[in-house]
Amino acid sequence: MSNDNIILPSAASLSTLSIADNPKSGFGYNPSLGPLSNTITPESSNILLNRKTLSLTPTSGNSIYDKNVNNKKINEINLSSLSFLFCEAVNWTHRNSKGIQDLETRLNGLGYQVGQRFLELIKLREGVKSSKREIKIIDILRFIHGTFWKSIFGKTANELEKSQDASNEYMIIDNVPLVSKFISIPKDYGNLNCSAFMAGIIEGALDSSSFHANVTAHSAPIDGVPLRTVFLIKFDEQLVIRESLRFN
Amino acid sequence: MKLYSIYILNKAGGLIYQNNLDPSLNRLTANDYLVLAGTLHGVHAIAAKLTPTIVGKDSTSTTSGTDPTANNALLLSTGKVQNSNTNKTGLGSIETDLFNLYVFQSLTGIKFILITSPNPILQKQHEQASETFRHLYVLYSDYVMKDPFYSLDMPIKSQLFDLKVGELAALV
Repeated sequence: MSNDNIILPSAASLSTLSIADNPKSGFGYNPSLGPLSNTITPESSNILLNRKTLSLTPTSGNSIYDKNVNNKKINEINLSSLSFLFCEAVNWTHRNSKGIQDLETRLNGLGYQVGQRFLELIKLREGVKSSKREIKIIDILRFIHGTFWKSIFGKTANELEKSQDASNEYMIIDNVPLVSKFISIPKDYGNLNCSAFMAGIIEGALDSSSFHANVTAHSAPIDGVPLRTVFLIKFDEQLVIRESLRFN
Repeated sequence: MKLYSIYILNKAGGLIYQNNLDPSLNRLTANDYLVLAGTLHGVHAIAAKLTPTIVGKDSTSTTSGTDPTANNALLLSTGKVQNSNTNKTGLGSIETDLFNLYVFQSLTGIKFILITSPNPILQKQHEQASETFRHLYVLYSDYVMKDPFYSLDMPIKSQLFDLKVGELAALV
């Protein structure tokens, strides 16, 4: 019988076991002892209860969760991880949804919560003294387009425009929306845009700042920029009235 | 080196992507492309079984099965399943006067196949092919695997991927 085929016996005595022991010679069935080797004796239970364990979960003090939330330095995360997570989020939403419209609404809802929370975080990071509450529509939009966008997506949005037709409609345009950078919509999905998630983020942030609005994402590709997306922000009519009462 | 066309095969040998990058190529029927892909898959698998004759081989270097103990020891010490005399990579390239064909298989079993013009600089052709494969693999991981509307081992229909492959071909 070659050496490889021998079943390694358990350790002679349980007390000799240490954390450095290889599992093959650790607790196990000892053929020379028979079923007796599996019974729990005071000795073995003592070892089992008091043994040192090695945690396999990486909990280094450097992880993003361990850092102070009030940290000015930009914490970057991996785009691939984000993309895979978002990909699964879209898949999960897709499974639960009844149609394309429903899918967009659900993605918007997911983003809405992110927006609400992120606004809180960004205001905290700005500091109590230097931060102020925006009260004008144009100011809050500049904040979203600039500071907010930069801290959540790492760059400012490309354009900020006001609609010619309706006084309560504004547009933020991003040439490459971060979350849908790798997503291409199949033809049979019509004009679905996964950036509805980002629209939800904007909507959440605006609603939290008492600028009630509806935000939708629309693809508007131009030559060389296939992913160009327009976020159409439609404010409540009453907001426009409020604004005119306050500042005129 | 000029790219003629790109094929991507799934791990079962099914054609999941085909792009003729040179517009002057004659198009085959969809069925012919599938047959071609299946044949290449088969040839690749057969080539992986071919080993050059080992001169003066001794008992330790024989293939697995004859001596399990030695094989086990090798497996434990090196982590490699086969010994170094086995051709693990399968068909790597075919070079002719009219075209060159390169095959790259990823660890997950996806095969990328490039058909190119013959390269005038002989030393450089493999370098260039592997560079192209690297870029192609990156594009595949980015624009195919991160697309929530793509299901594994199914034909790739992503327009973004098409676009990026076109850009890659223009660069080569």
